[in-house]
Amino acid sequence: MANKLLEVKNLKQYFGSQTNPIKAVDGISFDVYEGETLGLVGESGCGKSTTGRSIIRLYDITGGEILFKGKDINAAKSRKEVKEFNREMQMIFQDPYASLNPRMTAGEIISEAFEIHGLYKNKKERQDRIGTLLEAVGLNREHANRYAHEFSGGQRQRIGIARALSLNPSFIIADEPISALDVSIQAQVVNLLKKLQRERNLTYLFIAHDLSMVKYISDRIAVMYRGKIVELGEADEIYNNPIHPYTKSLLSAVPLPDPLSERTRTRIPYEHEEVDETASVYEVTPKHFVYGTDAQIKKWK
Amino acid sequence: MSKKLLEVNDLKVNFKTYAGVVQAVRGVSFDLHEGETLAIVGESGSGKSVTSNALMKLIPQPPGIYAGGEILFEGKDILPLTEKEMSKVRGNDIAMIFQDPMTALNPTMRVGYQITEVILKHKKISKQEAKERAIELLRQVGIPMPERRFRQYPHEFSGGMRQRVVIAIALAADPKLLIADEPTTALDVTIQAQILDLMKEIQKERNTSIIFITHDLGVVANIADRVAVMYAGQIVEYGTVNEIFYNPRHPYTWGLLGSMPDLKNNVQEELRTIPGSPPNLINPPIGDAFAPRNEYALAIDYEKEPPMFKVSDTHYAKTWLLHPNAPKIEIPSAIQQRIEGYLKEAETGGK
Repeated sequence: MANKLLEVKNLKQYFGSQTNPIKAVDGISFDVYEGETLGLVGESGCGKSTTGRSIIRLYDITGGEILFKGKDINAAKSRKEVKEFNREMQMIFQDPYASLNPRMTAGEIISEAFEIHGLYKNKKERQDRIGTLLEAVGLNREHANRYAHEFSGGQRQRIGIARALSLNPSFIIADEPISALDVSIQAQVVNLLKKLQRERNLTYLFIAHDLSMVKYISDRIAVMYRGKIVELGEADEIYNNPIHPYTKSLLSAVPLPDPLSERTRTRIPYEHEEVDETASVYEVTPKHFVYGTDAQIKKWK
Repeated sequence: MSKKLLEVNDLKVNFKTYAGVVQAVRGVSFDLHEGETLAIVGESGSGKSVTSNALMKLIPQPPGIYAGGEILFEGKDILPLTEKEMSKVRGNDIAMIFQDPMTALNPTMRVGYQITEVILKHKKISKQEAKERAIELLRQVGIPMPERRFRQYPHEFSGGMRQRVVIAIALAADPKLLIADEPTTALDVTIQAQILDLMKEIQKERNTSIIFITHDLGVVANIADRVAVMYAGQIVEYGTVNEIFYNPRHPYTWGLLGSMPDLKNNVQEELRTIPGSPPNLINPPIGDAFAPRNEYALAIDYEKEPPMFKVSDTHYAKTWLLHPNAPKIEIPSAIQQRIEGYLKEAETGGK
């Protein structure tokens, strides 16, 4: 079995007042293994993006523990430690229009990180690295001098990916990296992410709401609902044998390019079920976890 | 067959920009019958939204120019109509549902007033009657407690509920044609499914015709009777939903279908992509606009634009591959396999 790269233990992220907080992430635990892609799906407001942002330290977590390569990420205090952590973990953002600075050239955007980390010796080496990165994501060296507005949406997302790769990270959090792109461009970017993963042995946390793409790219899938992970398992297992009614409902809502089955298909609505104190995570079949109370699990199975 | 409601013939729309004239819609023709749903699919910039806005004459002039063609609504061309005449058509005959329910509603007006405004403009009834109708509409689009919701503001509604309000406004004056421009793109899948079901229900009750603009082929399979695939300002393939999904003929349609991951059959192969990006429509390429991105392009594709070739009475595709003298090129095997999988499943009645 591969090593655990990331361990999230009982992560809590609350916002707002202390007396009546909004529990965006409400005690979730999962592991990410080296070299795999873990898909995190759920509807808007379920806490999936917050989870990603907490892991990369964009928020100070309310409770719980996040271990990266066995070290608590929030314990790193010195500047050096923080830099080291930042080099290992990078993020790709959803909106390729908003996430690139319009006043910087592609080259400046990509090289900003290794300037901060002092990772090159002279100008030529810097130029070389920019060129290699641009080529790795399917762009040309000449693109380095252009500004963001000169690129199409798909190309911009490639720049975002090149920026994330610039420090040779081992772990990348991709927060809805394709949802702002056209279908044919989505496929290009997904293929690129897969290719880079093979070449560089990257580990991905892939956050999305589009179940069909998530199933395609992920080895394992975690389904989030109202700040909790309600189901987690291998991608095929989640798709073929969902246990939690919310997962079933989500799967039944994905439209497929198959008119004959679409016309006869019935959606399964999900009625919110309250869980009490006794709810916990059950391993229903090996490596397939479901959250609920004892009675619920029996009923769902 | 039911009555023909809309007929678009050789519609052309240009935009004047500093860089030159953009030919956004380059000769689009289609028709629509009563109670029918036509889906227009294509990528951003393919001209699908410009086409739908043109149907309501919503293209700002300048910079837009209606450069040719006609739009016959119930046999009458609407392109020569004045703004004043058009305002009677908008809302009353043709209504529109927009993509983003947050920006489509006025945040400073109560939801109820936004609905009665439309009713009072088009129907000669009292304010009290209009209010009753608006509440009834809110109930029909599935909003609980419509009497209370009537007095609320848009920010008090969730995304899905807001889109229901937008649909209620569109339905307020009983239009015959509903144009929905990516109405579910901004919504979650479960909410999307609800809105699609709602639209189908409304269509059944009122026999409304729907033009549904989207880039999501799954949604098309769910809602459409017929499909028009647009590329670079033109319709490149046109047919019933079954023909487009089970017997696609245009390489661009193959590309679109191939770039969707297959949830059902377990193939872990690379996704097919369409290389490159769409052409610049200031100087549209000579010949077939799709040729530079088409792995099956023939020499003639770079010289002469293909006409619409007939596949069946209802199915047409704009590619030289259908010419009798063209080499025989079959649907890519990955897509063919997937289609056969779907058809087999339909035969055996699912799982």
